[in-house]
Parts: sequence; C-alpha cells; structure tokens
Amino acid sequence: MKNSVSKWLRVAAAASALSSAAFVASSASSASAAGPTYQPAHAGGTLKLLATGAGGTLDPQVNYTLQYWQLYQATYDGLVTFQKVGGTPSFTIVPDLATSLPTVSKNGLTYSFTLRKGIKFSNGQPVTVDDVKATFQRLFKVSNPNAGTWYNVIVGGPACVTTPATCTLPGLVVNAATNSVVFHLIHADAEFLDQLAVPFGSILPASTPPKDQGSTPIPGTGAYKFASYNPNTALVMTRNPYFKVWSSAAQPQGYPDTIVQTFGQTVESEVTSVENGQADWIFDPLPSDRLQQVSTKYAKDVHVHTLTADWYLPMNMNIAPFNNLKARQAVNYAIDKNAAVTLDGGVQLATPTCTILPPNFPGHVNACVYNKGNGSTYAGPDLAKAKALVKASGTFGEKVAVVSQNDPVDANIGQYVVSVLNSIGYKATLKPLSQNIQFNYIQDSNNHVQISLTQWFQDYPAASDFINVLLSCANFHKGSPNSINISGMCVPSIDAKIHQAENLMITNPTAANKLWGQLDTQIMAQQAPWVPLFNPKLVDFTSSRVGNYQFSLEFYMYVDQLWVK
Amino acid sequence: MIARGSESPWRSSLRQLRRNRASMMALGLLMFMVVASLLAPVYAHLVAHVNPFPANVQGTISLGGKTVPVLQPSTVGFGVTPIGPTWHFSSYFLGADPQGRDVFARLLYGGRISLLISFSSAIICCVIAAILGMAGGYFGGGIDWVVSRVFDIVWAFPVYLLAICLSVILLTSGLNIGFIHIAPGSLLLPILIIAAVYIPYVGRPVRGIVMTLREREFIQAAVGSGASDWRILRKEIWPNVAPTVMVFFPMMVAFDMLTESSLSFLGVGVQPPNATWGTISNDGLQLLYTRPWVSIAPGICIVLTCAALNVLGDGARDAFDPKAKLRGGA
Repeated sequence: MKNSVSKWLRVAAAASALSSAAFVASSASSASAAGPTYQPAHAGGTLKLLATGAGGTLDPQVNYTLQYWQLYQATYDGLVTFQKVGGTPSFTIVPDLATSLPTVSKNGLTYSFTLRKGIKFSNGQPVTVDDVKATFQRLFKVSNPNAGTWYNVIVGGPACVTTPATCTLPGLVVNAATNSVVFHLIHADAEFLDQLAVPFGSILPASTPPKDQGSTPIPGTGAYKFASYNPNTALVMTRNPYFKVWSSAAQPQGYPDTIVQTFGQTVESEVTSVENGQADWIFDPLPSDRLQQVSTKYAKDVHVHTLTADWYLPMNMNIAPFNNLKARQAVNYAIDKNAAVTLDGGVQLATPTCTILPPNFPGHVNACVYNKGNGSTYAGPDLAKAKALVKASGTFGEKVAVVSQNDPVDANIGQYVVSVLNSIGYKATLKPLSQNIQFNYIQDSNNHVQISLTQWFQDYPAASDFINVLLSCANFHKGSPNSINISGMCVPSIDAKIHQAENLMITNPTAANKLWGQLDTQIMAQQAPWVPLFNPKLVDFTSSRVGNYQFSLEFYMYVDQLWVK
Repeated sequence: MIARGSESPWRSSLRQLRRNRASMMALGLLMFMVVASLLAPVYAHLVAHVNPFPANVQGTISLGGKTVPVLQPSTVGFGVTPIGPTWHFSSYFLGADPQGRDVFARLLYGGRISLLISFSSAIICCVIAAILGMAGGYFGGGIDWVVSRVFDIVWAFPVYLLAICLSVILLTSGLNIGFIHIAPGSLLLPILIIAAVYIPYVGRPVRGIVMTLREREFIQAAVGSGASDWRILRKEIWPNVAPTVMVFFPMMVAFDMLTESSLSFLGVGVQPPNATWGTISNDGLQLLYTRPWVSIAPGICIVLTCAALNVLGDGARDAFDPKAKLRGGA
C-alpha cells in the first residue's frame, strides 16, 4: 500500500479489495448475500475502546489509519463494500449504497451502478447521485493519499490530480432521473472495484467542504454517526437516527448504543483496564511482557489472527554492498527467520516466510530459495553458504548500516540483523529512527540506506499489491521519500512480466495468479531484493463482558458488532 | 577547625576530606563501581564465557543439568520471556535481556561507558566553563557580553529538552563542522552534547567569582606590577577558582550520568550495540512485568553511583569551599 505512516498506522492501510477471481465469484452471489442474524436482546450499552493516541483527522477521504478505518465500517458506506462477516468471506465485495454490483463493459472501461433510493445521511439529507459525484471530486480536492495512484484511472482523474481545485471528473457520469452512476476509466483496472470498497470511497454529502475536516465529524450513512471528537480525549459514536438496514451484508445494525474510544493511557494501563472490566478492547498491540499473562489468564478473551502482511529487510540494489547479487543472497542465507519470529513474540505471533506473497494470498506458492537444505519450508539459515557468498562478492569487510524503527520489537530485530551481518563479515551498525520518520527515510534514495527493516500490510488481496507496488520500476522514485519500492529494484524483464500478470488479471485471474507465484520465486532467486522475515499475527484482547467477536480479514475486528449486554 | 600554619590550603582540604567518613565511604563505593566496570571483559570472557554484545536469540545455557533456551517460549500462552536471574555468578546471574544477552555482563560493560561518558563530559564541561567564565569575568567588556549571552541562550532551554533536541539531530547525521567529523553512533556525541548543555551551570558561578576577584587588592597589585593577563589568570585567578570547580566536578559527573542515562533510556543517547545503564534500563522496559531485574539492576547502579558522587561532592565542598567551612563552624 502506498502509505507512509508508522507500522500500526500502516496496518491501517490494510484496506483491501478483492482479487478479480473473488470479484467474479461475488458478482454471481452478491445480490442475495446476507449478514449475520441480528439479536436485539444484546443491543444497548456503551462499548469502551482504548487507544494510546488519536488517529488523526476524522475525514474518511483523508484518514489512512486502521484505527479509524475500523470505525468507518459502522459510520460510512460506499457504492460497494467488503462483506461484514467474519473470516474469508470478508474479502468478498458486496453492493452497499448501490443496488447491485456494477455492470462492467467487456473492455473493462465502464462500471455502471444504480444508487439505492431512500437512504439518508445522519443529518437527515437523502443520498443522491449528486452526492456521489461530489464525493469523488472531493477525493481529489482534499488530496486523498491515493488519489494519484488509485482514482486517477477515472477519465479526468489526471487533470484532477494536477489541478484539484477545478476538478470536474468528467469520467464520472450521474443521472438523477435514473439514479445511475457510471465510471469511465482510462484503462481497464482489475482493482478498481477494490478501491471503491475502502473508506476513501465513502459517499459524503455534496455540501461537505472540499478540505480536510479534521476533528469535525462528517455525516455518513452507517449505523452510527460520530457525535464528538477531541483528539486529546475521546471519540464518541452514537446511533444514526436515520439508519435503516438495507443490506445486513453491507451495513448491519450495530449492538452498542454508544461506542467511545478514549485516548491517553499507556498500553500497560490499557491492558489492566480491560482485565479489570473498565474497558472492552484496546487498539494498540499488547506489550510483550503482558502477553503470557493475558493469554493464559484471559485465554477466552484473546483472539489471534494471521495477517496477510510481511516483515522484511529490503536491501538497496543501487548502492554497495547490496548492489551485488551475491551479497544480497548471502544475507538471505544468513538471517535466521526463526530468530526474528522469536523476537516478535514467538511462533504464536508470527510465522517465518521465504516469499514475497503471504500464505493464503492470491498467487502464493510455497517455496524457499534460501534455506538450509532444499525444502520448500523454511528449515534455518546456512551461515557457511552466506560467508562464502560474501567472500565471493568481494564485499567482505564493508560497512553496513541497518535502519530500523526504535520501538522495542523493531530495534531488537535490527540489533539481531546487525549481529548476523557482523558474523558473516560486514562491519554493521544499527541506526534506529523514530517511528514517525523511519518509513519515509528508508524510501528516500538520497539517504543512501543500505538495508532496513520494514513491514507491508495488504491494501487488498491482490498479488499486485505486493509485487507490483513494492518491486516495479514505476514505484521507484529516485530522491523521493515516497518511493515504496525501497530496494530500488528496476529490472525491465521482470517489469514486463508484472505488466503481463496485471493485464491477465482482467481476463484470466487464475492464470494471472499462477504467473504472480512464478514471479515471486523468480524475483527471490534471481534478484533477492529482500529478506522476507515473517508474516505477523494480530492479537485482540477484549473484556469478559464482550460477545459476538467477529474478525474481518480486510478491516479486522468489527467494533459495532461487539455486544456488551 | 584550625589549619596548621605549615600546611598548604590544598593539603589541608584534602586532609579534611579524608576525615569525612561519609565521603570516604562514597569514594569507596565509587571506586568499587569503577573497578567492577573495568573488570567487565574479565567477567564476560573468563567467568561467564559470554559475548554480551551480539544477539543470542537462539542461545541455550545449562541450568541444573538441563539445557534451556535463554529466550523461553511460553508453553501455555503467547510470547517469549528471557530467562530470569539464575543467581549463579558464572551464568546469567541477572538473567537475559530481550536479545538473549547476559544482563550482568552487560551491566558491567554498561558501567564502563556510563562512567566514561559522565566523567568525560564533566571534565570537558568544567574545563570549558572555567575558561569561558574566567575570560568573561576577568576581561569584561565585549568578551564578557558574548560569554554571558552564550550562557543565557543555553540556560534558556530546559537541559533535557536541549539535550534531546541535539541528540535527535546529531544521531541522524552525525556532527560535521569543518574538519570535525563525528559519526552518528560515536560515543563522542553524547559526551559533547551533555558537556555543552551544562556549561552555564559551572561557567556562571566561575564568572561571578572572577568578577569579585578582579576588584580585590592582590589582583590590582598584580596589575600594577605589570603582570600579564595570562600570568594573572594562571597565577592569581585560577588558584582561587579551582576549589569551586573541584566542588562542582563530582556533582557534574552525577548530573551527566543522570542525563546520559535519561537520553539512552529515551533511545537518543548511546546507540546499540554499546550498552550503558540507561540503554539496559530501556531494554528492560518491555520486560517490567516479567523480568523487572533487567531495569532495576541498572537503576540501582545509577542511584548508588550518583548518590556516592553527591556525597563526595558535599565532602569536597566542605573541604575546599571556605564558605562551607564557615557554615560548618557556625
């Protein structure tokens, strides 16, 4: 994802969309998709959430954090959305404010929707096609983080990116008489529907000012509305008085009457609050010294989920010593992924990985190029091979700086990497940087970062969201702090295959995913731009009074579906 | 107390210091800390047989005839917990840190760097402060104006805020001024930063003393007899300023140690793999609930050393500062 915030904010960006395969599947069944059965007996009460800090602006077209994207699921709707159910079906896109999934032209250039009638915003105004038009114009006017990469595929999008103030977006055509909304695209985009389904695509009143609304709540169509927001103290959500369920799969009725997210406690204090029943859930990751206690004493209130995300070490392919393939391969052989898993909290909280694409992800192939032995499952490091490769590369004795974030887990893994690099013949040092600056710092080629530690969380379950975004020439911008291809890999032959796979996604997703899998293995074997470390897991800790916990692979826990009665 | 006429003021002061039991106990404690820290390599290599700097994530130790991992995965819940104190002097006496390294060995190595930084920065601070204070106080005029404004500007910032700001900036890029190039991870950076932020605390009193001395008869006599400024500063002013600087020195070492520990604890001081008591405390922060000794042990070392320095500083003040003598005799 093209995000540039800290790790947990980047988790946030785990906004997803559906692969074309899933899209096709959902197209067939979406009209009859049904959400979980509502149980009115559990409705009512106040759900108390805790976070160490606020998540920034409340504007859904600007905010790019998991902290608020989770809350937006209950407050805003787009034309389409990810189905509000737990598990794998949560990757399925269903119609939301649209009556059905769009009719897509054969060439993939036109997406036609019909807007539902009778839906009102939380301020009582009816939702109209003019609101839809204004919403997508506003996306550009408020400088949405992904306007230039996701939504500029709409005809007129590039002009809107260049001059947002005068954005008219002629490629979005609405008709009030028929309630139709038609998107005309510049080129076919297999991920366009995914990008409409994330909170950036939330339909807002046309009267919403075309600038970031900050802490001022914007009316939405969800089951809840934001009642008040003070980034220093709390965010309060109450029921939307105008909400009526039109599709429980898209926007189900919520359980608590009020949802309050309070800011300012330390994580340790938050954990104690949940243990004591003074709060119901904490947004922040559990501190490592409380994991064992929480997971044993409150086992039934702890929920663990594997995330489709990578922790990895990108190596700069354009500067020494990692402009040498053998040096990069040496590091791949030397790093013990199991050690990295241990430093992240153990096997219950992470799984070692050798591939770019996470397991259970479209295109993933079980392979392990740099391994002790020849198995496809990771068996351990091969230090002898690593040392031999360092010598053969002629980079022995070179200085290497490892740039990590300075939070405990990142710094610990960073120090471990330094130890390993020193053991195979480099003179390595650690450069721990603040979480606020490290992610942009390592992207900027002017900083000459040789190797760093970072993470990537899916935007949506499409292989291109890893391979294309993180390793294609188009996403390497020399001298820019927003160059998400951190290793600076730009190999024309691989780029051609990436484009081939992207085009194939539109017509033959199965074949495309096979190609993505081949590319994954090929990139690791022939280029070794990263050391993939592990796929992390998420731990949710809820209070004992909470029920109906459901986890979306897309937006994580459904806050509004928790009941406290 | 009556000093013997044949004894120099320095000898008299030192004798008085030696008679101060609390100061001598503090000095003994300080010497113990210094010697223990200096023996860190001996302990690590010959007794514990560990290298306390590289990560030891997959390491094991033999405990009661069993081989156990130093980072122990939870058997019933989640998470990994470093091995706790074994209380066996030769093996993970205080347990392991989150990287599986021997905390006791790191504590000894950490003491070396903590003491090195605090003593070095105190020396640099006192020397520069004495020079600036003497120059400003003696010459007056433009020189005094410049020195005073520099002191005012540095003094205007809260010490820790200034130190943190300087550290954050210099940690990223290092120090590059003219021919001076200091790498981002160098120990010289915290030494210089800590020395710099405390200069006014010593420099201002020195300047005040020199301004008073400048008007005294013996200085006027020296000026009248044609003595050079350099000679007056060296022979007349410095001997009168030195006791004040000596009184300040132990306190500055204590201040510098606390500042270094604070910066390192916040992650903007000494950088890994170097260890100080502050960085070890920080390492233990994530283990407070399960392995509190990782943070408590360096905390105790800091408290004991700073307390010893403060008691020693009090003794030095009583011995070297005439006003303290007067107070003591009152």
